[in-house]
Amino acid sequence: MSTTSPVEKAGAATATYVDQRLGSNKFLARNLGKVFPDHWSFMLGEIALYSFIVVLLTGTYLTLFFKPSMVEVVYNGSYVPLKGIEMSEAYASTLDISFDIRGGLLIRQMHHWAALIFLAAMTVHMFRVFFTGAFRKPREFNWIIGVVLVTMGLLAGFSGYSLPDDLLSGTGLQIARGIVQAIPVIGTWAAFLLFGGEFPGTDFISRLYAIHILLIPGLILALVTLHLIMVFTQKHTQFPGPGRTNDNVVGYPLMPVYMAKAGGFFFVVFGVIALVGGLISINPIWIFGPYTPDQVSAGSQPDWYIGFLDGALRLMPNWESTIAGFTLSWNILIPALIVPGILFTVLGAYPFIEAWVTGDKREHHLLDRPRNAPTRTAFGTMAISFYVLLLVGGGNDIIATAFDVSINSIIWFLRITLFIIPPLVFVFTRRICLGLQRRDQAKLLHGYEAGRILRLPHGEFIEVHQPLSVKELAVITSKNDIEPLPVPEKADIDGVKNKKFKSHNRRAKLSRFFYGDNIPLPSAAEIEAGQAHVAHDAELEAPLAAYEDADELRRAHGGVLHHPGMAETNAEQEAER
Amino acid sequence: MSDLTPHDDHGSAPARLGHSPVADSPHTLRVADTDPKAAKRAERQVASMFLLSMVLVVAFIVCYWTIDKSTNIYIPVFGEVGLMTIALGLTSGLSILLIGTAAIQWAKKLMPDVEVVQQRHEMVSPEDATAEAVANYERGKEESGFVRFPIIRRTLIGAMALFPIPLVFLLRDLWQSPVSGTLTPAEILSTTIWKKGERIVVDATYQPIKAADLPIGGLVSAVPASLPEVQEAEGNLNARGKAAIILIRMDPAEIVSQQGDGWDYQGILAYSKICTHVGCPIALYEQRTHHLLCPCHQSTFDLANSGNVVFGPAARNMPQLPIGVDSEGYLIAMDDFSEPIGPSFWERG
Ligand code: HEM
Ligand code: FES
Repeated sequence: MSTTSPVEKAGAATATYVDQRLGSNKFLARNLGKVFPDHWSFMLGEIALYSFIVVLLTGTYLTLFFKPSMVEVVYNGSYVPLKGIEMSEAYASTLDISFDIRGGLLIRQMHHWAALIFLAAMTVHMFRVFFTGAFRKPREFNWIIGVVLVTMGLLAGFSGYSLPDDLLSGTGLQIARGIVQAIPVIGTWAAFLLFGGEFPGTDFISRLYAIHILLIPGLILALVTLHLIMVFTQKHTQFPGPGRTNDNVVGYPLMPVYMAKAGGFFFVVFGVIALVGGLISINPIWIFGPYTPDQVSAGSQPDWYIGFLDGALRLMPNWESTIAGFTLSWNILIPALIVPGILFTVLGAYPFIEAWVTGDKREHHLLDRPRNAPTRTAFGTMAISFYVLLLVGGGNDIIATAFDVSINSIIWFLRITLFIIPPLVFVFTRRICLGLQRRDQAKLLHGYEAGRILRLPHGEFIEVHQPLSVKELAVITSKNDIEPLPVPEKADIDGVKNKKFKSHNRRAKLSRFFYGDNIPLPSAAEIEAGQAHVAHDAELEAPLAAYEDADELRRAHGGVLHHPGMAETNAEQEAER
Repeated sequence: MSDLTPHDDHGSAPARLGHSPVADSPHTLRVADTDPKAAKRAERQVASMFLLSMVLVVAFIVCYWTIDKSTNIYIPVFGEVGLMTIALGLTSGLSILLIGTAAIQWAKKLMPDVEVVQQRHEMVSPEDATAEAVANYERGKEESGFVRFPIIRRTLIGAMALFPIPLVFLLRDLWQSPVSGTLTPAEILSTTIWKKGERIVVDATYQPIKAADLPIGGLVSAVPASLPEVQEAEGNLNARGKAAIILIRMDPAEIVSQQGDGWDYQGILAYSKICTHVGCPIALYEQRTHHLLCPCHQSTFDLANSGNVVFGPAARNMPQLPIGVDSEGYLIAMDDFSEPIGPSFWERG
């Protein structure tokens, strides 16, 4: 041990002090060397975490100056165009943050950018987890937490966006209120209780404030903590590679490499957000003006994460029905509540749906390559294409102006393609995945094509195949071949009818749909034979190594490599001619 | 740390499926591992990043004290921007970023890049632990008498179910009906401050309007003359949110239909300004087609034809306000709207 410097001595003393009270050294002993696998895609979750921390820090700063009040005041700050105008205190204080507090605008913009990055990183992180099957047993709980976190993130963003009480944020709130009001039976009451009466009222900003700075961040913080504890105890999944199995973790120890990299990365994310917040304007609320319920600016756009909801509202046909004197606004309920409700429920339930369909009850720590789960991958891309179409719908006015097409035709185009493109994407993705599986199989049996043609002494042309590298072999053979569930028996041997035949059969069908076209890995013997055969190719080619520049040789012979043994035969043939 | 083995020593761990013997890919040494000069260079690199980070903090302080907060500068692409924001963002951002890049460079160049292997263990608890947990639970159940005393059990469940109810009640007064609790939300939503004889005034200036003031094809955003007083008395913008209207004038011959007979005045029509979809205010009017377009979700209403929906997600006509003129020739409302304005709701029917 080389704990010699005074600082280290003090540190050791502190560790002992704490350990005598909490037993913390046991924890350190177990975890300072804890191994974390490395992959660029594992940084997505880190970005989400770090941007959330930045959001907490900058948000706390903003609370020092922001006044969550709808009391009307006359603005008298240094932004000249709005001087003397009546506005809510919330809007006035946001102007003060932007123009009169040094660095205030920097922090405001950092807060907003960090929020955007937080949501984007969470979303992409979720895709990574989905497409690699990292949500499988034992990580289903963490998947659900993740889905709740995304939902909370959306609410956090929307509630924050609505605080400054500018024209854009107020318009968003008006729409939100219209949606709440459309809820059957309790709609008007819910809206009145939330807003303290009619819109806009004077209560809502301060109520929203408590939700935005306390309730939601508190929940997110609690869930993030739980999320990380679970990652820690279950250990991180890893991508397949040499020496990586379902029973081990290969990577760098927490101390020092992971600590330095992850800790450093926090500062990178923090620094980049500060740079972006300093350089790129976001939500310039002074341009929009204070909120009033009878004005709106054309082309008003919500933040990107709300775009899909806005798009859904835009694309929905205007269905409304009146039943026994009561109104059901399908035009609002379907896009704003039912579709997102289904989307998020299916998302949350997906690990359980897949486990049920596949009957797979094992633990999985080695990640799937997306191609090896074609149906899952296809399902994911289908959902993404649906989401993207809604997002495009949210920008239909912008597209209309940019490309000079009528909004009506864009809406009709999207209404129709919303039901055509996602299924097509499903089919295509599945095909592509199966194609890639076939290619993997060919690689195992025949090596990979080196892109060289070799002419053998007896005149035969062969394409040179090369054996796979150790890494490729490990990656490709990591595939998890699962048999579809068997078709159940209608009756057992004694002729007793299987009462659950119908449900079991349905499940077996789903399972066949999921795995039916799977291209199984060749057997170990087949792979070995294949690779050995390929190695033989390489031997044939070996004498060519004598030539310093194989490319030159090939060029000399019109793109075809001649086996050196051919030289004499060639000469003879030519002489004959 | 017994289950920590350097990956290099690990030799030929089998791939998961064990189909083929998989040796680990050989570990290549980095320059800094073999060349002390390169290692020294890397050390200098990392240290200078930390140093620069400190310098930038000083730069931040200088900027904070010296730059005038109202100075704008023009930067191509970014446009006119506040110098203070940019300077503070650049200095603090770079100083933070450099700490990060330094740490990562340090890890990559100078810390070991040899992967290590750790074993996983199934999450499921060993059987004896489970057995012990079950035994503890059974003992607790027995000792508590949860099963033996059914009345306690049932009343406990009842009490637990009921105790949150006061919390729900406490939320009831998030809103109280202004008229001594008699009006329901639906009733409040169904009326505005428009009434017979209420003058129509231009929004913002509050000037009354004569028919001659409004040319054919013109559009004016308008409110009731009593709005400022009501706003003052109520201390909020609620009345404005419901009473805002637009006035448009078209050639009477072009009016195909209206929501009530003679609700126009010489071709001047008054419609609610609040979209019947989810409530955005609308003022995008195309005079050639008489279409009113909502900027939020592009619902389109035909104002020459009873404010019918011609396109988009809105399900209901824009409500029309019957108008006329008073003895002085100023435009007035002849009544309140005949239906609730704005988005639909359950009780609307
Ligand atoms: C949980 C994630 C959070 C997200 C996604 C988020 C997002 C946002 C957004 C988009 C805005 C609008 C900013 C703008 O004016 O352009 C905002 C405003 C605000 N946020 Fe947050 N926020 C979060 C957490 C917090 C926390 C934890 C606090 C305080 C402890 C906070 C305090 C504030 C304040 C005071 C404002 C209004 C000031 C202003 O708009 O300039 N936020 N937030
Ligand atoms: S609010 Fe007008 S179309 Fe949605």
